[in-house]
Amino acid sequence: MVAFWILAPVMVAAALGLLFARKAVHAALLLAVVMISLAVLYAVQDAPFLFAVQIIVYTGAILMLFLFVIMLVGVDASDSIVETIRGHRAASILVGLVFGLTLVLGVAQVSFGAPLGLDEANSEGNIPAVAKILFTRYVFAFEITSALLITAALGAMVLAHRERLTPKPTQAQLAAQRVRDYAEHGKHLGPLPPPGVFARHNAVDTPALLPDGTAAEASISRVLAARGTVKSAPELAEDVKALTEGDD
Amino acid sequence: MSLTPLHDAAAVPAVHPTDAGSLGVLLLLVIGLPALGAAVLLLGGRRTDKWGHLLGCATVIGSLVLSLVLFFDLLGKDAGERQLTQDTWTWFTAGSYKVTFDLLYDPLSAVFLLLITGVGSLIHVYSVGYMAHDERRRRFFGYLNLFVAAMLVLVLAGDYVGVFLGWEGVGLASYLLIGFWQHKPSAAAAAKKAFVINRVGDIGLSLGAALIFVTFGSTSFTVVSAASEHAGDGVLTAIGLLLLLAACGKSAQFPLQTWLLDAMEGPTPVSALIHAATMVTAGVYLIVRSNFIFSLTEDARTAVIVVGCITLLMGAIIGCAKDDIKKALAGSTMSQIGYMVLAAGLGPAGYAFAIFHLLTHGAFKANMFLGAGSVMHGMDDDVNMRHYGALQKAMPLTFATFAVGYLAIIGVPPFAGFWSKDKIIESAFADNFVVGLCALVGAGVTAFYMSRLMLLTFFTKKRWEKGVHPHESPNVMTWPLIGLAVLSAAGGLLLVNDWIVDWLTPVVGEHAEEHLSVSPLVMSLIALLVVALGVLVAWVFVGQRDVPREAPVKVSFVTRAARAELYGDAFNEEVIVKPGWSGVRGLAVFDRGFVDGIVEGTAASFAGISSRFRLAQNGFVRSYALALLAGAAMVLLALLAVNFS
Amino acid sequence: MDVTPFIVLSAILFTIGCVGVLTRRNAIVVFMCVELMLNASNLALVTFSRANGNLEGQIAAFFVMVVAAAEVVVGLAIIMTIFRTRRSASVDDASLLKY
Repeated sequence: MVAFWILAPVMVAAALGLLFARKAVHAALLLAVVMISLAVLYAVQDAPFLFAVQIIVYTGAILMLFLFVIMLVGVDASDSIVETIRGHRAASILVGLVFGLTLVLGVAQVSFGAPLGLDEANSEGNIPAVAKILFTRYVFAFEITSALLITAALGAMVLAHRERLTPKPTQAQLAAQRVRDYAEHGKHLGPLPPPGVFARHNAVDTPALLPDGTAAEASISRVLAARGTVKSAPELAEDVKALTEGDD
Repeated sequence: MSLTPLHDAAAVPAVHPTDAGSLGVLLLLVIGLPALGAAVLLLGGRRTDKWGHLLGCATVIGSLVLSLVLFFDLLGKDAGERQLTQDTWTWFTAGSYKVTFDLLYDPLSAVFLLLITGVGSLIHVYSVGYMAHDERRRRFFGYLNLFVAAMLVLVLAGDYVGVFLGWEGVGLASYLLIGFWQHKPSAAAAAKKAFVINRVGDIGLSLGAALIFVTFGSTSFTVVSAASEHAGDGVLTAIGLLLLLAACGKSAQFPLQTWLLDAMEGPTPVSALIHAATMVTAGVYLIVRSNFIFSLTEDARTAVIVVGCITLLMGAIIGCAKDDIKKALAGSTMSQIGYMVLAAGLGPAGYAFAIFHLLTHGAFKANMFLGAGSVMHGMDDDVNMRHYGALQKAMPLTFATFAVGYLAIIGVPPFAGFWSKDKIIESAFADNFVVGLCALVGAGVTAFYMSRLMLLTFFTKKRWEKGVHPHESPNVMTWPLIGLAVLSAAGGLLLVNDWIVDWLTPVVGEHAEEHLSVSPLVMSLIALLVVALGVLVAWVFVGQRDVPREAPVKVSFVTRAARAELYGDAFNEEVIVKPGWSGVRGLAVFDRGFVDGIVEGTAASFAGISSRFRLAQNGFVRSYALALLAGAAMVLLALLAVNFS
Repeated sequence: MDVTPFIVLSAILFTIGCVGVLTRRNAIVVFMCVELMLNASNLALVTFSRANGNLEGQIAAFFVMVVAAAEVVVGLAIIMTIFRTRRSASVDDASLLKY
């Protein structure tokens, strides 16, 4: 019960955070908090199998799926605070409150009596007991859900597939296009700059140095630059100096 | 006003006819022949054009022959056995109420049959010549036959509903014939006016028949005449007044008299047959036939007498100022029928005289109308008497026959009119001095305007239009004139030995003896004196002066009123037509504004409400999700309420 | 251990998920709120399984998880496809079904 009273406020706070988070990634992580807390509550309630499955399947697979899609769709993408539909926010909060209060009050009125507990059901261990019921009584539903999963996977493949509508450009075409771009727009003809002779790192956030010692902007991801997590050139210079002088 | 007291129940004769036997077939044929003629001529179309007029004459002449046979058969019977009935078939039954087409042939029907078919035949023959140049002549004869058939149904029916059928039939025929020259808007308007005003009268007949049914449980003459003594005074008076309304409509009596002068738009034979001799007398027939009702109610009879008096004076005054020869004769008809109605209102003392005058009037008025037609034929269809003059030499035969009719109508012995009109004046005086005075004055005025007519047409100086060469009419037109002139002259024979009175006794009851303060001979002399005065006035003021070809504008108020038909039309216009129009306009406004407003307003309000509500469909999924959640919340609340209540 | 607090917690989480679905515009975050709702019902199922003394509730919760997994797979694939064509993952974009 202690676990419950600790975790319950955490979960509610995380859920509310999910409601108010600006960036989708933050929302996903807060959802992860909620899910893991739920897993603990399952464990507390004599459901060790579900505890494991919750963490592995829900948090580990489903939530990761969410994160992948957020990555594909755009990490930058964020909700604006301004509500476009007039009066919708107020109405939603009001209705939500009414709904919630009704639900909570209704539930609170019910006297459930003392819980019977799962000691008897779990007498052989939770997992064998679950397996026993699952593969006897619910085997048909089990098979159907497996079919469902297969269908879902296939569906996802079909939906995400992109048909190539134009022929794939060959190496020669790509090269010709590159020269054309240089002629018309002055785009740099060669590949992106490598780390360089004096490069100490080939990390993503380390810019390549140009001959005159300045950082090459093209060698750094735009996103990292936007985040401001790029290492600066003077730092690198210090690094090099320490190394070369240290060698002697 | 004291009427001859009439509370002797035995005086009201009951209708209890015996079966007609072998004569029944003839009765059916009397109606059937003209009906068949009408059907053939109207349904046969142009194929019948060549011989249509001959068929039309043949059917009516055939009916005349049959009527004569029936009449002589009836003459041969005893007085008590002169009521015959012929069963035909049942029209409809409603519960215990049964209406049949059974025919009733009694002395009253007999004389009417002779009048209708006799005068009708002569007029049919006349029309062969009069309508010779009209390309729709065949249709004209079809309508005439239709009229004769309907009129015969009217007088032979043994049931008020049967009378109503004939009533409507003659109304239809009148409409068709007045508006026969359809291309003339005035004729169409006149036909419509006649029909509409007759309709007002028909209300009286239908309500009267309904009231009779409610009171007696049947509308058959047999049943009603036997039971009428047992009905209450109020009911009998009501029935009487309703029947009087019907008679006013059909017979052009006040207050439904305005259509008769307009009806002169129809061809002259129509005016002669329908609006002089037969149809307009149907009202008098109705009153006399319903004697078992009228004899029992003083109040209704008083109303009848009042109507008769008013109309006879009204018609006479109107006739004085009309320059159109047909309209003058129409005014005269109105007035003479007023006399008949007056006589009928006198009760058993007058019924027989009313019928007597009806018969003589039928002869001499038809005679004069046909004569007028003959004059018009010779004057290029001009009806304005101011364009006539000195036609005595140009159309001698027409003049001679017309003169016989003229003498008959003003009441110069030994012509028919003298006998019939005199009897009415006598009975009127015996009843009430004022009524008698009205009748007497009416006789004087009649003499005046008829003399004026004669003077303007046949005497005075020539005022003919250029290019008009009056000539005598062909034989086919003059022979009927001669026939009718003979009847006008000899009609008085009906009164020999009070034959007509005795003849009609089984129908109308015992003739009550009247008590005049002076002897009948003195009465007649006074009447003749008044007539002579009228003729003299006409001779002085019309015959001796030059007749202007244009009607003078500056005339006395009385003349102007008479020219306007005593403002009958103006009264109808103000009191009935105009309020009717404003009522209609008001109803139209109400319908458009209120009723349509409600209907369209409901639709518009729904449209408005829905255009408000549709804004809820803003397309955003989140709004719809909000609605979902709200619904779920409501379901929850409901569950809680149910659970914890 | 009382049953009621768990159920109340489940109700609260569910409501927050509902409001989240209504309020957020990013399709992925809306989906996450739906997952929150599913998790809340899972908690209720497990709690009732303990209250009733048998494992039916846990089995049900298990199935919910499986189906949620399948649903997330297909749903995210759809969102991604829509994003490819529309260049935006906003829920408000699908607003043609209006007056």
